[in-house]
Order: sequence, then structure tokens, then C-alpha cells
Amino acid sequence: MSASLHAEWTKLRTVSGTSSLLAATAAVTVAIGAVAAASARCQPGAFCGVDPARLSLTGVQVGQVLVAIMAVLAVGNEYSTGMILLTLTAMPHRTAVLAAKAAVVSGLVLASGTVAVLGSVLAGRLILPGHGFTVARGFPALSLGDGAVLRAAAGSVLYLALIALLSLGVAAMVRESGVAIGVVLGLLFLFPVLAGVVSNADWKRHLQQIAPMNAGLDIQATTGLHSLPLSPWAGLGALAAWAAGTLLAGGLVLWRRDA
Amino acid sequence: MTASGGAMTASGGAMTAGTIAPRGGFAALLHAEWTKFRTVRGWVIAMIVAALATVGFGLLGQDSCGTVNNAACTVPLGPGGEAVADSFYFVRQPLAGDGSITVRITSLTGLIPNPSAGGHVQAGSYQNTAGLHSGVEPWSKAGIIIKESTSQGSAYAAMMVTGAHGVRMQYDYTADIAGLPDAVSAASPRWLRLTRSGDTITGYDSADGTAWTKVGTATLPGLAPTVQAGLFAASPLYSHTVSASLGASAVTGGPTLATAALDHVGLRGHWAGRWSGADIGGQNGMYPARPGSFRQSDGRFTVTGSGDIAPDVPGTAGSGGIGIGQALIGTFAGLIVVVVVGTMFITAEYRRGLIRTTLTASPRRGQVLAAKAAVTGLVTFAIGLVATAIALPVEEHHMRQGGSFIDPVSTLTDVRLIAGTAALLAVAAILALAIGTVIRRSAVAVTLAIVVTVVPYILTTVLPAGLSQWLLRVTPAAGFAVQQAYPKYPQLGMDYATASGYYPLAPWAGFAVLCAWAAAALGLAIFLLRRRDA
Repeated sequence: MSASLHAEWTKLRTVSGTSSLLAATAAVTVAIGAVAAASARCQPGAFCGVDPARLSLTGVQVGQVLVAIMAVLAVGNEYSTGMILLTLTAMPHRTAVLAAKAAVVSGLVLASGTVAVLGSVLAGRLILPGHGFTVARGFPALSLGDGAVLRAAAGSVLYLALIALLSLGVAAMVRESGVAIGVVLGLLFLFPVLAGVVSNADWKRHLQQIAPMNAGLDIQATTGLHSLPLSPWAGLGALAAWAAGTLLAGGLVLWRRDA
Repeated sequence: MTASGGAMTASGGAMTAGTIAPRGGFAALLHAEWTKFRTVRGWVIAMIVAALATVGFGLLGQDSCGTVNNAACTVPLGPGGEAVADSFYFVRQPLAGDGSITVRITSLTGLIPNPSAGGHVQAGSYQNTAGLHSGVEPWSKAGIIIKESTSQGSAYAAMMVTGAHGVRMQYDYTADIAGLPDAVSAASPRWLRLTRSGDTITGYDSADGTAWTKVGTATLPGLAPTVQAGLFAASPLYSHTVSASLGASAVTGGPTLATAALDHVGLRGHWAGRWSGADIGGQNGMYPARPGSFRQSDGRFTVTGSGDIAPDVPGTAGSGGIGIGQALIGTFAGLIVVVVVGTMFITAEYRRGLIRTTLTASPRRGQVLAAKAAVTGLVTFAIGLVATAIALPVEEHHMRQGGSFIDPVSTLTDVRLIAGTAALLAVAAILALAIGTVIRRSAVAVTLAIVVTVVPYILTTVLPAGLSQWLLRVTPAAGFAVQQAYPKYPQLGMDYATASGYYPLAPWAGFAVLCAWAAAALGLAIFLLRRRDA
């Protein structure tokens, strides 16, 4: 297993796209979070229904796209270059190959995601008080010492890792990078579109409970927890179920089908 | 794999055509690209999936009647066939033939619910005024009205003072003309006059009762000889969005009341002579309203009313109807599929090295890409047209079966929704093709194409309003404006939310933004295709 881990690590490390995608994930996540925080205002006297932690972590929704590309390419590149034949000849234990890939990819994403999330929280902490989100209005400065904020931050890092695993599983299933990323982005984005227009409250709630992105991002909520479709950890669990399901299906396809 | 097999045949065809008939160059290229497209099984399947997704995705959104949970519901229709809200307190008497009514208004006050009131707003009446505090809705209205009959949706013309929008003349639900600005008070009263002459009703306003200004003229075709005319008051729902997150927003609010003090009532013509008051729309109508009332003493009137006289469009707090645009929600699913196919149409050539054969056979690189764009665009448009033309009536039927009322639109709007959606898909596919040519790597190109076309729409529920509306003006996602089915009436004090089917740009302006992006990307793609080695 450690040999296959080392092999996957070498492959990912030496492909030029990986490091730039991981760096871009962190940079884009922080930048979008800062823009979102900077464009929010809490006017004096007006009701401010904003969750400051969630707002600061908005960038995760764009950063996840880069994470998905990175994970999809980790599998897709092997098929597009024919490398997969060599990989499977060298390591005939196919499920171990996928497990090693999953471990290396999620490890890298956890590292880059930690940087992204810490940067976002810091940006929110610096920007929000200047836009009316002051202690006097009931918005203490974002701090990881606050249990809910810590959960939102750590959960967002886990969220990114789970998105990577989901993408890896889909890529192993469909084998073609372009199609795989289409499927992943479809899974992530079509549910919120549908949930946005359905006005039947029960349907809306169920859609938000099963949608990988909506459910997973419940982990970012620090206010209005009672109105969430799922509790924060249950939501992240729903995403984990999606990731486990696609990884399992991807592993099955890899195991059963000719490469 | 299938891709190489099918495409190989096609490039052979292109070569033959190129040597035999050099003048028929572009037609031969088109034929070659069409052959490549139709012989790759995966792409044909994908296009069928795109069509099915466009039709079927919306069926998931089974819906009940707006905010009301009881079975069937209907919304009154105005003279133009559009859905309307027509609930207000009417102090009236019949007016036979031509005539006029003049009145002075000295105050407009009201009661509105607390922002923290919470809960869903249901149709029907609200007897209890507990939890209300004084305040006037910006579009509370009171004044004089001449109306065909007391039935909802009948033709009318009215002069009114409003909570925050000065004096207005409004008629037949959609028309709205501004008169004197500023709020009414005892120190600065407002005089209003309506004159009927045949089918024509003219509205005047004045600050002192002597110097009158004409505000507007309404033509109400076929207005009955005897009409109902008098004083009215209405106050629309107060609604407030408390929290918005991914596709979820909680709206709180409730019916409000407006009270107007009127005097100096001057009548000309054949009036019946006795005032009677009633809630138009009944107390259990579609529009959530509180019961109104009126008092009369020494020529002074106090009229209290709730409700609204306005167009009913999807997304208004009191709306019972839903938008036809909801039937097109499958466009997003279809869009993702055609974007993948559009991108792969070129990136697959790079991946398999086929691009070298293609460019050897037809060295005019710009024309090759133009032919690819034409095939992608035409195929997607055709598929999109069929899918949307099926989706719209099928889902309309489905939603009606579910007890929903769909706010009607004109045939012209239907045609624009169908053709516009097909064109939206086609141009997005061409944009994806151009992005694929520039980037060459399918995963990155597909992602970029999806991110610029779909993600700005999704971010509307997450980002602050100013930023997200800006994104929907400048990104290719502006093209979704072509799916806006209902006009944004300024006289409805509502947020025209993207989730309800409204966009910051006019339909064809938004579509033009998408086309500009596609043209620019195609230009860059042709430039790079010529400059770079394949």
C-alpha cells in the first residue's frame, strides 16, 4: 500500500497542473470570500440577516470547482494519456490504486483547503467590522475560538476534501475528464437551481437535504441553525455518503471493466 | 473507441471533398463536421439526454398553488388577459353616463406587521390587528376610482396618493403614471379628480383645489354606460426576506392596512346618491387582506382598506400564481450537457490527434472552426427547439394538474421563451467550443464554460444582491434573461428575485451579452488556432 501511495504521490506531484490548481484553490477561495464580505453592508437600523462565517466562506463554492478539476484530472489524465495501462500493470491490485489516489488527493486538498479557509476567516475578520458588522450589532469578530466558527471552518476544509473524493469517484466511473467534470458540476449545481424555484416547502427541503452541495455546506452555518434542512454535521454526512457512493461505484467500474 | 472510429470516416470525407471541389470548401467542411458529430455515438446520446433533461428536470418540481396549500386556486384576470391582484376597500355608488368625481385627501396612515412576525403568508383575511404597529407601506394607495363593476379584474382608472411614491394615476392594473411628488399631510393636502367621457377617463391632480394639472388619460374600451365609482383604500402585503442561503430564503410579513382621510367630495353627473362600502375580492380572496371599513360624517370620509390593485406576477408576496418560466428550469441540466458536448467536439480532436488530420485536409483553420461552430450551433438549436417546445406545454399541463395557477403570458412571449431558450443553448454550446479550442484540455474547458454560464445564476442566492446582479449583467449567464416571462412593474414594491425568474437586463439585451462573449471567444479561438501548432 505504501508503495502505491508513493507512486500516486509521485505522479500527482510531478504533473504541473496539480500544484497550480491547489494554489489557485486557496487564492480564489480567499479572494471570493473577501469580495463577498466587502460587498455586504449592515446598515444602521436595518435588520441584518447575514451569517458572517458563512459569508466569509463563500469562496469555498468556487474553490470546490478547482478541487473538482484537480481530482478529476488525477484519474482522467491516466486514461487520456494511456498511463492507466502502465499503472495497472505495475499495480494489479486495482482497488488499492484507487484507494491510494483517494488518500493522496484528499491529503493535498486538506492542506490547500486549510490555507484557503484560514485565509477566508481572516479576511472576514478584518473586513466585516468595517461594514457595520460590529459587536454592538451582535456580530463579534470572527474567531476560531468560537465553537461554531471553528466547526464552520474545519467543516469547510472537510467539505473540500469530500468534493475531491466525489469527483475522483465520478472520474473513475466515466473515465473521460470532460464528461466527469460535467457530471460533478451537474451534481453540485443543478440541485440548488431546482431548489431555488420549487415553491412547495416540503419538496424544497428534501431537495436541500439530498443535494451534495446544499447539504454539505450546512456545515458553514453559524446562525439560524434551527431553520437548516439538516443539522451541520448531518449535512456533511450526506455529502460524505455521496462521496462514498461514487467512490464505491468508481472502484467497482475500475475493478470490473477493461482499462 | 467510438470517437476515433466515427471521426476517422469523417476526415476522409472532408479530404475527398477538398480535393474534388475546392470551391465548395465551406459546404464540404460543414458536411465533414456534421459527419463527425453524428457518427460519435456518445455525442448523439448526450444530445438526446440534453433534450430529455430539459423536458424532464422541471417535472421534478411538482408544485402546489403558490403559498396556499388548499387544492385549486384561481387568480383574477385583468382586461389585458394578465393575472391581477384586485382586493381593496371600495366606498362606491353607481355613476350613469359621463361625470366626474373630485376629492381632497389630508392624510394617509397605516398599520404594518413587525419584521419578526414570521410564518408563511396565507390567503384569506386577517381579523386580528394584534402585532401591528403604525407605518405606511410605500405602495399603500388611497383615492378615487372609476371601475366597470365590483367584480375582480374588471376595467378601472384611479387617482391616488401613495405611501412613498407621491400621487399616481393607475388604470387597468398595469399602467402607472406619476403625478405630484411627496407624501400627503394636513399641511400639504392633495386634490384628485377623475372625469369620465365615454370610454375615456382623465385624471387630474392639484395641491390647492384651484390650479389643476392633467396627469394622464386612460382609454377603457367598451366601458359600461353605468359604472361603480367612489373612494378606495388598499395596502399591499408587507414582506421581508429574513435569510437567504443556497436556494433557500425565508420570507416573513403579512397583510397591512391603510387609512385615508378625505373630504370636499365633489360629484358631477348622474350619481345614485348613497354611499356603500365593501371589501372587493371578499374576505377570503386569493390576496391575503384584512377587512376594511369606512366612516362618513359632515362630508368627511375615513376609509381603511387592505390588499392591492396591481398586476400579479410570480414572486409578489401575495401572488397565487406561479411563473411559466419554472417549466424551463430543465434548461440548466440541458445547458450543462450541451456545454460538455460543445467542448468535447474540439478537445476530443486534440486528445486523439485527429486535429492534425483535420487541419491537413483543410488547411484554412478559421473555416474549420467556423464549420464546427455552425454544426454545434445548429444541432443544439434544433434539439433545444424541440425540447423546449415539448417542455413548455407538457409542464404547464403538469403544473395545472397539480392544482397550480400559472400566470398567463401572450403567445408572443411563449414563442420568445421557446426560440430564446434554444438560441441560449446553441450560443452557449458555441461559447464552449471556443473555450475548448483555446484551452484544449477538456476538464478545464468544460469547467470554465459551466462556471461562466451557470454559476453566476446560482450565486444570486449567496452573494449580496448588488454583486450578484452585476454578475448577471456582465457574464455569459446574462443570456438567461431571454427566459424572463413577465415584465418588472415598478409599481410593485418587490424584489425581482432571480429565483422568481427576473433578470437585471432586458431579454434580448441579456442574450446579446452572451452572444458578444461567444463572438469574442470564437475570435480568440480562431486567432490562436492559426497561430499555434496543433
